[in-house]
Amino acid sequence: MESKQTILQALRFKRLDEQPAPSLQQNWVATPNAIATFEKMVAAVGGNCIRVRNMQDGLAKLPELPCYADAKKVCSLVEGVEKANVFLDDIADPHDLEDVDVAIVRGEFGVAENGAVWLTDRGVKHRVIYFIPQHIIVLLDADQIVHNMHQAYERVGFEQAGFGVFLSGPSKTADIEQSLVIGAHGARSLHVLLLENGGA
Amino acid sequence: MTHGVSDHPQKAAEFISDSQRAHWHDGALWFVRDKRDAAARSVPEWEQLRETARQIKAHALSRLPDYLEEFERKATALGAQVHWARDAQEHNEIVYGILKAGGVQRVVKSKSMLTEECHLNPFLEQHGIEVVDTDLGERIVQLRQEPPSHIVLPAIHIKKEEVGECFHEHLGTEAGATDPAYLTEAARQHLRERFMQADAGITGVNFAIAETGGFVVCTNEGNADLGVSLPNLHIACMGLEKIIPRAADLGVFLRLLARSATGQPITTYSSHFHGPRAGGALHIVLVDNGRSALQQSEEHQRALSCIRCGACLNTCPVYRRSGGHSYETPVPGPIGSILAPSRDPEKYASLPFACSLCGSCTDVCPVKIDIHHQLLTWRRELAESGHLDWKKRWSMRLAGVVLGRVWLYRFAGKAMRIVLPLLPRFLKYNPLNAWGKQRELPPMPRKSFREQYRRRHGK
Ligand code: SF4
Repeated sequence: MESKQTILQALRFKRLDEQPAPSLQQNWVATPNAIATFEKMVAAVGGNCIRVRNMQDGLAKLPELPCYADAKKVCSLVEGVEKANVFLDDIADPHDLEDVDVAIVRGEFGVAENGAVWLTDRGVKHRVIYFIPQHIIVLLDADQIVHNMHQAYERVGFEQAGFGVFLSGPSKTADIEQSLVIGAHGARSLHVLLLENGGA
Repeated sequence: MTHGVSDHPQKAAEFISDSQRAHWHDGALWFVRDKRDAAARSVPEWEQLRETARQIKAHALSRLPDYLEEFERKATALGAQVHWARDAQEHNEIVYGILKAGGVQRVVKSKSMLTEECHLNPFLEQHGIEVVDTDLGERIVQLRQEPPSHIVLPAIHIKKEEVGECFHEHLGTEAGATDPAYLTEAARQHLRERFMQADAGITGVNFAIAETGGFVVCTNEGNADLGVSLPNLHIACMGLEKIIPRAADLGVFLRLLARSATGQPITTYSSHFHGPRAGGALHIVLVDNGRSALQQSEEHQRALSCIRCGACLNTCPVYRRSGGHSYETPVPGPIGSILAPSRDPEKYASLPFACSLCGSCTDVCPVKIDIHHQLLTWRRELAESGHLDWKKRWSMRLAGVVLGRVWLYRFAGKAMRIVLPLLPRFLKYNPLNAWGKQRELPPMPRKSFREQYRRRHGK
């Protein structure tokens, strides 16, 4: 308490003239085609974006992806995944998710300019499911892609406690002589299945 | 060299004495600078973004105490516990206190320049707590028992052969291994174990949002998220200046940060934490450690806008050729050279002179800090407060006398043109003349510029 007062007093010792906050409603450039740009950017950040018609086709696509086909432990936050055998709600301790091979998750929306998808822990018991599996597959509605980060923040709300992450590509590092290596601590691969007709 | 005083020229000379390594280091950073340029050019409104970022930071700094209070209120309402630390010592004690109360033995930490600044690791280790840095580059320097040499690329000064040796010794990888993919995989396995065993996770903070009471951590490896999503205890340490007013401001900063740092459009993980996880605890430590003094200084407060992207380091001709360790401060390079003397002018007096005033840092800075002007201001202040070494002080004083009197300047010029060519080498190139260390004087012209100009223009 005492330190707080000392610090605030020091910061208020000399009142600084208030500088105006800029408006964020500016003429930010939109990408000509958000979906095409998003696909391109997912690839650029080391991920793989695949267009499918709808959820049903998306689920049918899964066995074609080696990370799913070869997986022993599959955790899905999406209904209807045949191989799913790890269920978050049944798990008490997040450490028990250590050996999950692939997680299939739902993205809320995507961002064209950087290929990121917005994932949250709303209704997700263990947020570590976004970080601990060896591979990640995200299902995303194609009509939920915004152009840039300004539009992205118009969509997210932080009224309640919670966690959210912009995930852009698989985990990576270039800490050894600037050589890019995919698969640092998080997912070794990231697939985005883009549902062209939304969730229908 | 006086004890405890950092001597950049001396350390830089040591670094460039290995000319091959110095060239390699220079090239590695220039490669990153190139990627930054390409990324910046790909955004048509880049300059508009920089200007907006500058304004947001200027606004936030001008109302810093209000925003800190708002942040504390909101964060507390979300269930986090907020702590205030005046200096490094208090920060370390607070963190230790939380860990001790939680019965913590093992901690995983993701990259945080603040905890470097506070020397948190040795403090916790002294108290019997194991701290593992989980960012790959940070882990490498931790195993080698040295500080990071860059704020974004902590191991940029280390060659893959050396990483191979280090991992062979500590992680049992094959002797002589140099393949980055193989070495990274070994670190992944090794650190997974540490993640599984940790009782608490410590992270830094890239941005803290006053309006919501949440904060954002940006990484590429996913180490921060893994580290704080397994154990129940998360401690986030942040400098006071990380506050931004609105969540929407992040749209501006996240577009600038990774592009400026590594040329990526955004980091792989940009994680937004609002309150603790269900059943877990979240502590946020707000640290002053000299920042309030900086905020109160009209000359220097802009240095607090820094978002630690590292672009000014990558572009700096001096940093690239002298290496991060030559600065002997947690934040090296141009921005470090204006932050360090504010903390300890005596110790870091040589840093504002480690600069050619080329201005490249100012050109790349995503929040438009006038870095090279600040460096110049520091030189003046250090001179005025008597922190220059005597050679610099006397040569400046002499220059002041000569340049202030036209007749003397003309006379001195003429005398030099006649006398200098006749002087023996040892009088011109000696330890008093730092300029002449790697340089030769040009041949003296017979006439001064003024004399030549007059003759040509017939006057
Ligand atoms: S001073 Fe500017 S360029 Fe340098 S690290 Fe800070 S934000 Fe980046």
